[in-house]
Amino acid sequence: MLAEKQQPDVAVAFNDVVKSFGSLEVFRGLTLSLPKHQTTAIVGTSGSGKTTLLQMINGLEKPDTGGIEVFGQQVPTQGLEAFRRGIGYAVQGAGLFPHLTAQQNVTLVARLDGWTEPRMQARFDELLRAVGLAADVATRLPRQLSGGQQQRLGICRALMLQPPILLLDEPFSAVDPITRLGLYESFEQVRETTPATTVLVTHDLREAKRLAQFMVILDAGEVVQSGTPAQVLAHPASPYAERLIESQLS
Amino acid sequence: MSKGLWLLCFLLYWTGVHAGQSSQESRAVVVGSKNFGESYLLAEIAAQVLEAQDYVVRRQFGLGGTLICYEALKNGEIDLYPEYTGTLSQAVLNLPGNPTRQQINQALQADGLELLSEYGFNNTYAVVVRDAQAAALGLERIGDLRGTQLTFAFSHEFLQREDGWPGLAQRYGLNQAVTGIEHALAYPAMDDQAIDVTDAYSTDGELQRYRLRILQDDLGYFPEYRAATLVQDNASAELRSALAGLHNMLNESQVQAFNAKVALQGLGFAEVAAEFIADNSARLGVADLRRVEEQTAWSQQAWVVELWGHFLRHLQLTGSALLAAIAIGLSLSLLVYRSRRWAAGLVYFCGLMQTVPSLALLALMIPVFGIGFVPAIIALFLYSLLPIVRNAITALANTDPTLVKVSMALGLGPWEQLRYLRLPLATPAIFAGIRTAAVISIGTATLAAFIGAGGLGEPIVVGLSLNDTDMILRGAIPAAVLAILVEIAFAALERRVSPPQ
Repeated sequence: MLAEKQQPDVAVAFNDVVKSFGSLEVFRGLTLSLPKHQTTAIVGTSGSGKTTLLQMINGLEKPDTGGIEVFGQQVPTQGLEAFRRGIGYAVQGAGLFPHLTAQQNVTLVARLDGWTEPRMQARFDELLRAVGLAADVATRLPRQLSGGQQQRLGICRALMLQPPILLLDEPFSAVDPITRLGLYESFEQVRETTPATTVLVTHDLREAKRLAQFMVILDAGEVVQSGTPAQVLAHPASPYAERLIESQLS
Repeated sequence: MSKGLWLLCFLLYWTGVHAGQSSQESRAVVVGSKNFGESYLLAEIAAQVLEAQDYVVRRQFGLGGTLICYEALKNGEIDLYPEYTGTLSQAVLNLPGNPTRQQINQALQADGLELLSEYGFNNTYAVVVRDAQAAALGLERIGDLRGTQLTFAFSHEFLQREDGWPGLAQRYGLNQAVTGIEHALAYPAMDDQAIDVTDAYSTDGELQRYRLRILQDDLGYFPEYRAATLVQDNASAELRSALAGLHNMLNESQVQAFNAKVALQGLGFAEVAAEFIADNSARLGVADLRRVEEQTAWSQQAWVVELWGHFLRHLQLTGSALLAAIAIGLSLSLLVYRSRRWAAGLVYFCGLMQTVPSLALLALMIPVFGIGFVPAIIALFLYSLLPIVRNAITALANTDPTLVKVSMALGLGPWEQLRYLRLPLATPAIFAGIRTAAVISIGTATLAAFIGAGGLGEPIVVGLSLNDTDMILRGAIPAAVLAILVEIAFAALERRVSPPQ
């Protein structure tokens, strides 16, 4: 474990994590390392524990026992707010605050962090360009925007403070296929300009294959296989992985 | 409870006390009355007798029932009010039979009160039926009601008093079902044949108007209700001698005639009282009548001015109560919304307040807050809490969980989450709660009249006691208009402050 902590290319490390909700045991000793500067896709069916895994990284869920380290630092129990501002987070449906305009949504945390107006404006403009949104969305309310626009803004909000790590909980799954392709392109563009470590939760293997450099297959809280997408897809190591691949890619 | 609440109570109390005691002169006296015609009339007679002897009288008329009057006198909120021996012995002191004034005064010592010499008439409870029906069915005595298929409806007080219906039914073996009815509504209900049997006072002026017959109490069930002035036992000799002239000045038929003049001819209490005093000035020991007459004339003309005053007072009452309920209700909601148990407890408490009958609540508060403006506001405040607290807590606690999760993941602390997410999203619901509270409070504020706090309830209470529809409407219509205006104003305000959704 000490060796792992010193590894320069590990972004997130789960060490023997146990987590249950009431009588439902989700993780019975999860040990897993996620690589730095890469996009990791966590793939699995509903109920496999992938969202819980993601939310333990920014402290939204706490493990019963075991530890989680982000860049060698234990996830704190105190001062979680400051810790979380160093982690970008975007969810399915975007989760924009309905009473704030697009710009207010994206810049809210920067404002709370005491950024100046010009600095916020500059960063906002930069993000809009990166995700391919026109400037005129700035003053609109979420309900005046399309699902794709909202989702792009959700990613902008996650990137506002230039976090070194980005957590994405199925952000591409609630839009139509054509919009989704556009979002993939935007995401790839953004990653070129800001190469953050990214953890992407998805049930879509094609998405994982396209966006991720590292892939983890979860089944009922167990890591059944991990590696590059090419490796995993070519050599499924368990009946579950096989079925998953067969159901989506054949 | 929060410091803020106590501070607010104190401030309200302080201002109320100081507003109420501005005319503190040596010969100042506060005269109270209950909320039925004869009590107004007797109190008005006492007040004018005192005014004719250079007393400065403040009238706290129309207090909501025996308990409120008695407690107000005991606590020095009023200096005197007309009371009846039977009411004291039965409803307050629990003395059996028909005790003498001396026996009553002995029992009153414990509360520091004293009943002065009697006015001379006995206004006892009576059971009445329509003349025509009595003739048709051959009803003469209360016992004749046994086994009849008539509809019985009694005043709420009569239904509950020990010397009222329960004892009467037992004594005469009556087993008919009974319903409650407001005393002032009982006469028109009798007239419309909606009910057949009700309770009345033997001196009521309406008995002749509605052609009602008093059934004989042949078993001597009802105690005597001899009227007299109730005062604190440390009342000055001066005040006692000023009222001494009332001793044995009135008999039943006189009082029946007075009551009829008010109820049937529509004369004011002040007029009837002034006429009585003018006719008997020598025996009452009253010299100067001019001032009394001037005052009477003024109060007859100025009902519009008076109504405007009631309206303003009504606004003041509901406004103060609403502001307090908003400040305290919202603060408490913000404190507890995150704890399911505390939130449920608070909503439960506010709901409980809603179920306490208003008169009981007012009576309970007299020892602490007295009567008048302050307890009225506190009662209204308590009644306004539920809609505000329930809406606020429900809205704050039920913010979209996805958004809450996102706000946490973005690194918003609890305060920031409240400020930037929960509160803005809850604003429409909170406003709707305040709006409901405002409208309820305008309606409920009419009860303030029961403890002498004024407002639009005053013409309603007096009108009810006189069965005077015009006067009731004079209070009810402005109250309804006010409720509608407030509703509209709040709707407009709500549109302005609510965030776009």
